[in-house]
Amino acid sequence: MAASRVTANEIFLNIKEISTRYPKALCLFRQISTSRPHYDKQPEPRTKSASQQLVGVVGLEVHAQINSNTKLFSGSPVRFSAPPNSLVSFFDASLPGTLPMLNRRCVEAAVMTGLALNCTINKKSYFDRKHYFYADLPAGYQITQQRKPIAVDGVLTYSYFGGKKRSQMIRKSVQIKQIQLEQDSGKSLHDDDRSQTLIDLNRAGVGLMELVMEPEMKSGEEAAAAVRELQLILQALGTCQGNMSEGQLRVDANVSVHRPGEPLGIRTEVKNINSIRYLARAIDYEIQRQIDAVQSGRAVQNETRAYDSKSGETVPMREKEGLQDYRFMPEPNLPALIVYEDNASLPTGIDPSQAVVVQKIKDRLPELPGVKRDRLVQTYGILPEHSFTLVNEDGLMEYFETLMKTTQREPRKVIGWVTNELLGHLKQRDMSVSQSPISPAHLAELLKLQETGRISSSAAKQVFQEMWRSGGKTACQIVQEQELGLVHDSAQLHSICQKVVDSHPDEVHAVRNGNKKVLNKLIGLVQKETKGRADPVLVKEILQQMTQ
Amino acid sequence: EWLLVVWLKIYTENKPHLIISNLVDKLERLALVDFRTKQGLECLEKAIRFADQLHVVDTTGIEPMDSVLEDRALYLREDTAVDGGCAEELLKLSRKTVEEYFVVPPGNIPLPKKEERSSMLKHSEL
Repeated sequence: MAASRVTANEIFLNIKEISTRYPKALCLFRQISTSRPHYDKQPEPRTKSASQQLVGVVGLEVHAQINSNTKLFSGSPVRFSAPPNSLVSFFDASLPGTLPMLNRRCVEAAVMTGLALNCTINKKSYFDRKHYFYADLPAGYQITQQRKPIAVDGVLTYSYFGGKKRSQMIRKSVQIKQIQLEQDSGKSLHDDDRSQTLIDLNRAGVGLMELVMEPEMKSGEEAAAAVRELQLILQALGTCQGNMSEGQLRVDANVSVHRPGEPLGIRTEVKNINSIRYLARAIDYEIQRQIDAVQSGRAVQNETRAYDSKSGETVPMREKEGLQDYRFMPEPNLPALIVYEDNASLPTGIDPSQAVVVQKIKDRLPELPGVKRDRLVQTYGILPEHSFTLVNEDGLMEYFETLMKTTQREPRKVIGWVTNELLGHLKQRDMSVSQSPISPAHLAELLKLQETGRISSSAAKQVFQEMWRSGGKTACQIVQEQELGLVHDSAQLHSICQKVVDSHPDEVHAVRNGNKKVLNKLIGLVQKETKGRADPVLVKEILQQMTQ
Repeated sequence: EWLLVVWLKIYTENKPHLIISNLVDKLERLALVDFRTKQGLECLEKAIRFADQLHVVDTTGIEPMDSVLEDRALYLREDTAVDGGCAEELLKLSRKTVEEYFVVPPGNIPLPKKEERSSMLKHSEL
């Protein structure tokens, strides 16, 4: 037994060397390194430091449906909802004698997305066939770009609120291995009762951009933040509408666990994730499941798992075909795709409708989220954390900018109302900015009341709540109705202060002796008398005078 | 057929031409062609050896030609809808349909195991 254990450890240590010399054998060694031999029942020696903890490794494969009028290789319309098989051409149905015709818009979308993600655009890229049998793939193969895709080596930078109190903005980046153009498959509806499947080919042939990210992420939180940023970028570019629930943006997660410094563990693929929230949960569940498995000596299977949102777990997927052999081959019906760097490199006499020019697309790039955030910080002097929240929530930035137009207050004083009060209320009720019962104009009015001293800060918050509840009443109305207006009448305040001072001689004595903190108690008592409506500045002044 | 031979060549990667039983089974599943007889395997061996002649040619430093369309420009189509809307015509081609959907078996029908297939062949008319 002992001899065998030594051997296993030796292999363990030599894995790096072996893996460089014999790359094909790497998969075999990966298996050995993550599953402990069955007879090794002793726990890990406690001398190992915390850095030997198992950590998750996450790589994402994102399929983004290209926002175009027609499909990638045919002139069929692209639409979300339509009668079954009504958006299908002869080519989409793979009838003999039909040929693919590449959609120029899809090429431009891929180039634009590649540029926005700092990729190198391959001036010459190729199409290949990926073969597998399934009823929603009528041709028996998918046209994709396996050998040389249109864009490679990019970077996606993203941020999220982390740290102990989730108040620290953490910036990360993940490398984009490649972006390739490929066809979508049709949709299968399983009718288990009648033991049959119904096929709708409306989606078959729609253009997709597959974005492959390097496995540099460590948790569901990071993955969710990265996808959120990608969603914002794609939406800003207009190349994909990014709606995960409608299937416009599909994310599959490749998850494995290992100890830092050691080779990667066996990975599983997690599918069926319909929202960013579920993405984070599915990944975290899977990482934990694998950690539990490895720590109890069980091997992690290389399999495909589906996320079940109801239970919050990942389960093995039913359809297991065994290891697929995709038999990649060049697509014989399509020559290489060539895109040109700039107008100068165009061949003479070329029809402009046949030339995709990278420089032109670069010039047309709209403002990306990162740039937007920087602009907000520059223009309004708000913190990066604030601008991150503004850009992250749909419509919040527009709300803030509209508000800034109608209010005289400083942006830094206003931003808190938007990112805390307004957003807090929206989040509590799971509402979007567009559903807010308080419009920017109304909020501006409330802020004006606060600024001009008509109401105190705490009263302002009360009014806000009431405005939300009443859905329509203006701040002025509420202040009047509930008599929340600040009392500035110095005579009135004077008499109240005098009353408090007269009834609390000990406290007055303490203040006279130098204990300034007790003054706050007196202020508090005055506020109690006035139901919080006394102008705090005046009250403090008066009390200070009285306690001289 | 030529294409099948080329795939085999790429797959076997210049190893000695020992065709293992598992490989034959896999090829049969992918190509949906039964060739497990002695004649069939001999024919396959000969085909591979014939294709090996490709290695006689020195191709160092030469870009592989993967398409006879190498000097053609890839035509780019405008993004306007000109197709689709022929559901009725397409559905007519299918043996079974339900409410404008094509009806297919639930999942892929697995190919019977090789033992079952050989007994099936014995009883077939071929």
